[in-house]
Amino acid sequence: MAASSAVTANYVLKPPPFELDALEPHMSKQTLEFHWGKHHRAYVDNLKKQVLGTELEGKPLEHIIHSTYNNGDLLPAFNNAAQAWNHEFFWESMKPGGGGKPSGELLALLERDFTSYEKFYEEFNAAAATQFGAGWAWLAYANDKLKVVKTPNAVNPLVLGSFPLLTIDVWEHAYYLDFQQNRRPDYIKTFMTNLVSWEAVSARLETAKAASSSSS
Amino acid sequence: MTTTIIIITFLAIFATSLHNARGATMEPCLESMKTASLPDLPYAYDALEPAISEEIMRLHHQKHHQTYVTQYNKALNSLRSAMADGDHSSVVKLQSLIKFNGGGHVNHAIFWKNLAPVHEGGGKPPHDPLSSAIDAHFGSLEGLIQKMNAEGAAVQGSGWVWFGLDRELKRLFVETTANQDPFVTKGSHLVPLIGIDVWEHAYYPQYKNARSEYLKNIWTVINWKYASDVFEKHTRDLDIN
Repeated sequence: MAASSAVTANYVLKPPPFELDALEPHMSKQTLEFHWGKHHRAYVDNLKKQVLGTELEGKPLEHIIHSTYNNGDLLPAFNNAAQAWNHEFFWESMKPGGGGKPSGELLALLERDFTSYEKFYEEFNAAAATQFGAGWAWLAYANDKLKVVKTPNAVNPLVLGSFPLLTIDVWEHAYYLDFQQNRRPDYIKTFMTNLVSWEAVSARLETAKAASSSSS
Repeated sequence: MTTTIIIITFLAIFATSLHNARGATMEPCLESMKTASLPDLPYAYDALEPAISEEIMRLHHQKHHQTYVTQYNKALNSLRSAMADGDHSSVVKLQSLIKFNGGGHVNHAIFWKNLAPVHEGGGKPPHDPLSSAIDAHFGSLEGLIQKMNAEGAAVQGSGWVWFGLDRELKRLFVETTANQDPFVTKGSHLVPLIGIDVWEHAYYPQYKNARSEYLKNIWTVINWKYASDVFEKHTRDLDIN
């Protein structure tokens, strides 16, 4: 089980921390075969091709993401770099037998910053449901506060100055096979009820807090 | 002659009274604002096979396009109320919902007309004057198709690839739009001739992640007759060669 440190690895297609059929029936093996095996793989392969022979070659992934974000005026490698990062982060946000409510310090902070877990759920659900077109919804941490963020296409909280803690992919390819007839709301509910790895989220929160306090 | 003067005078008085009336009451055009409705497909759901499956056509038309229509009408209703209340910040806030859902409706209404079954001319190359104009601007029809496919494949996230006419610059060109932004958001003088939906829902059940395959195959059902008719309509008064 990884904290976010894995995402600085050099453009490797890491397998998810579970077998491709381990999330059934909530996320099918077929979806993972395409989503990880084709989409995620393509982002990694295309990124490698794109940075070959450029000054970005060999740089850590997060460095590439920041420099190609270019304050919103995206440079060509941004999409592949950020999507490679986002997908690895996404797999690690899930686990077999996941979902439900968190506990401990994470729950306490959610209750502090959203007044209740239910309010957080509502906000996260709304962000995921209302992101136009392709994108992601996130739980993120900044300035000692938790917040929900939605982003378009490949954008992630790293470039917006906050620590990502949890994400759900709402590009159509993430749910189109399993939740036919465009049922994004059902996909979001299934993710929250059956897939979220709160352990991963808590571990990331610890890292984020440590990083914040060491830099202040 | 006298009759003409009487009629003109009558019309002038009528116009003035309308103008005065409007100042005193609410703009009548809002109340009579027409809502959108889902247009019927001009062909059966399975008529575009094997290029586009029946499953996709049903989902795309009955779920996706219908949702845009429903949400657009909802947003228009909210806009009507906000305008009646003078709630300007709500009026502004509603614009993104209107652009997204209204754009979705506009784009898909064009898209269904851009497609035709093979036995009804789908895939049949355009004739003049559009054909010559395409050769002049892109070298050949294959040149245009290659460009459309390259740009369509390169769209990141959701969007459309368009082949259109620029009335101002009097030229044909290929352009992409993001999400459901209608083609005219790139310029009010732009006329869409062919649009291809590259949102994942347009091809995923059949082609999965192979967007390039979808783009390659869709040309067998593209309705060039529609594009030609629109092109001719708009170039009649322009001097395009």
